[in-house]
Amino acid sequence: MTDLILFNVTNGLIIGAFYVLMALGLSLILNLSGVINFAHGGFLALGGYLAYTLVPFVGFWGALLIAPLLVALLGVVIERTMIRRLYGRDPLYSLLLTFGLAFIFEDMTRFIWGATGLPFSVPEFLSQPVSSKFYFITEYRLFMVAVVAAAVGGLFLFLRFSRVGVRIRAGTFDLDTVSSLGVNVRVLRSFNFALGIFLAGLAGVLAAGQLSLEPTMGATLLMPSFVAIIVGGVGSLPGTMLGGLLIGVAAGITTVFWPSASEAVIYVMMALVLLLRPRGLLGEEGLLS
Amino acid sequence: MMAPHLRRQAFKLGAIWLLLLAVPLWLPMIGGYLALGTRVLVLGLAAMSLNFLLGFTGVLSFGHAAYFGLGAYGTGLALKMFTHSTPLALVLGVLLGGVAGALLGALIVRRRGVYFAMVTIAFGQVFYFIAFRWNSLTGGDDGLRGFERQPLDFGPWSLDILHDPTLFYYFVLVFFALAAGAMGFLLRSPFGRTLLAIRENERRARFLGIPIEQHIWLAFTISCFFVALAGGLNALLNNFADPTMLNYTQSGEIVIMVVLGGIRSFWGPLLGAAVFVVLQDYLSSLTPNWMSFLGIIFVLMVLFFPRGVLGMHWPGLVRSVWVRLRPAHGGDKPA
Repeated sequence: MTDLILFNVTNGLIIGAFYVLMALGLSLILNLSGVINFAHGGFLALGGYLAYTLVPFVGFWGALLIAPLLVALLGVVIERTMIRRLYGRDPLYSLLLTFGLAFIFEDMTRFIWGATGLPFSVPEFLSQPVSSKFYFITEYRLFMVAVVAAAVGGLFLFLRFSRVGVRIRAGTFDLDTVSSLGVNVRVLRSFNFALGIFLAGLAGVLAAGQLSLEPTMGATLLMPSFVAIIVGGVGSLPGTMLGGLLIGVAAGITTVFWPSASEAVIYVMMALVLLLRPRGLLGEEGLLS
Repeated sequence: MMAPHLRRQAFKLGAIWLLLLAVPLWLPMIGGYLALGTRVLVLGLAAMSLNFLLGFTGVLSFGHAAYFGLGAYGTGLALKMFTHSTPLALVLGVLLGGVAGALLGALIVRRRGVYFAMVTIAFGQVFYFIAFRWNSLTGGDDGLRGFERQPLDFGPWSLDILHDPTLFYYFVLVFFALAAGAMGFLLRSPFGRTLLAIRENERRARFLGIPIEQHIWLAFTISCFFVALAGGLNALLNNFADPTMLNYTQSGEIVIMVVLGGIRSFWGPLLGAAVFVVLQDYLSSLTPNWMSFLGIIFVLMVLFFPRGVLGMHWPGLVRSVWVRLRPAHGGDKPA
C-alpha cells in the first residue's frame, strides 16, 4: 500500500512538473499582457513533435534546446502579427484568437505528423530504473525533474536579478509607469511572450519522452494548468508553481483510492480554494476581483 | 399610430418570426435539410442565452458548455430512466443545468474579466470529466444512448415529434420563442436596464447602490437556465448526448457564434449560429482539416470583424468600399 501511494505520488509530482512549466508560461503572459493563451497546449505539442523530428539530426541534447527555441520564435511571430493588436481590447477577443490558433495548431500537428501517437525514445543512458525496488523512479524521470527545477530556478533568478526580469515584474503591477520610464513595452511583451512559449516548448520535449506524443497532448495539460494558476493565486509565480505541484500530487493520491475521480479532484480543490481563500494560496488581495 | 422606430421594430420582429415559422418551406428549397434548421435554432438559443450574459451584462463566461451539456444529459437520463413525457424530461434537464449554474455562479461572481473567464472554463471541465468517467450512468466516452424523444400526448390528439421532423422543428420553435420572449422581456425590464448599467460602468453602478454581485449572479443563473434548455433540446434533436457537448471547445464554439453574429445585438447570436452551423456542416463534408479552417475563421474574425455581422455599420462599409473602387473621374471607363 505504501508502495502504491509512493508510486502515485511520484507520478503526481512528475505530471505536476509539467503543469508547473505550462502554468508558469501561461502566468507570465497573463500577468504582463492580460491574455489567456489557449494555444499554449498547441505550442507544447509542437515542441514535442519538433524534438521528435530534430533528434535524428542534432541528437537528444540538441533537440532539448533547439525545439523550444524554434517554438518560441514562432510564438514571437504570432505575438507580433496577431496577439499584439488585441492588447487593451476586451479579453474576449484574445481568448477567441488563441482559441482559434489552438484549433489550427492541433489540426496542423495531426496533418503533418499523423493522428496516432509516435514513439519518442529517451537516450539509452537515461532509461534505466535507479533501483529495483522503486522501479518507477527511472533515470529519465530524475533527469526531467532536474531540468524542470533548473528551468524554474533559472526563471526566478532571471526575474529577480536581471534588468529585463525586473521590468517584467514591474510591468505586471503597472505597465503604464514602466512605459513612461522609457522602457520599450512592445519589446518587453514580445520577449515575455517568447519566454512563456519557450517554457511550453521545453515541457513539450520532456513530455514527449514521458507521456505519449499525440496532437492533443498539450490540450489535456491546459485545463489543469488553469487550475494550478487559480489555486496558487493569480499574479503570483511561486503560487503557480505550488499550485501545479499540489494538484499533481492530489490527482496522484486520488488515483490510488478512486481512480475515476482523479481528473475531477483538482476542480474540487479549486472550488474549495475559491470558497475559503478566493485570492488563491499565495495570491495578492484584490488582484483577482 | 405608432412612432416610426416602433414601427420599424415591429416590422423587423415580424420578419424574423415569419422567416423562422416558414423554415420548413424555404430551407429544403435552398438545399438544406430540416435537422440543420433545427440545430441552428437550438444552438442559436444557446448563443442568445450566453449573450444575455456576455453582451448585455458584460461578463465573459467561457464555460457555458457545461450547463448546455448538463441540460442535455439531464433530459436524456430522465427520458431513459423515469419518464415518458418529453416536456417533463426537458424541465428536469433545465433544472439540472440551471441549479448547477446557480451554485457555481455563487462561487465565481466576484471574479472579473479574464479571471472570470478562466474560472468558468475550469469549472466547466468538472462536468466533462464526470460525464466522461461515470460509465455506468452516462455511458462515458461513447455518450448517452438508449433514449428517444416521445410523442406529445394531449388526451385525444398526439403529436408525433419523434418521426415527423417538421413537427419537431415547431416543438423546438415553441421553446425557442418562449425563451427568446422571456429574455427580451427581462432585458426591457428595470432589471435588464440595470444589467446594461453594470456593463457600461460597473463602478458607477456600484456607487448608485446597485448590488452588483447579486445582479451578476442572477444574470449568470438565468443564462445557465436558458442554455440548459438549449442543451436539453439538443439531446432531443439527436436522441443522444456525448461528453464533448460539455467540453470547453463547445463553450468556445458558442462564444464564437455570439461574436460572429454581433455581441451587442439581441438577434445576432442566432445569425451567428446559422453561419457557424452551416459552415461547420459544409467544411467537415469538404475537408478532413476543417478544424484548421474553423480556426482560421476565428482568427480572421477577431482581427478584422470583431463586431460581428450585425454589429457592422453596413451602409458605411459599402460607401467606403465604393469610394475606393469607383473610377477617379465619374463615368470614365478604364482602358
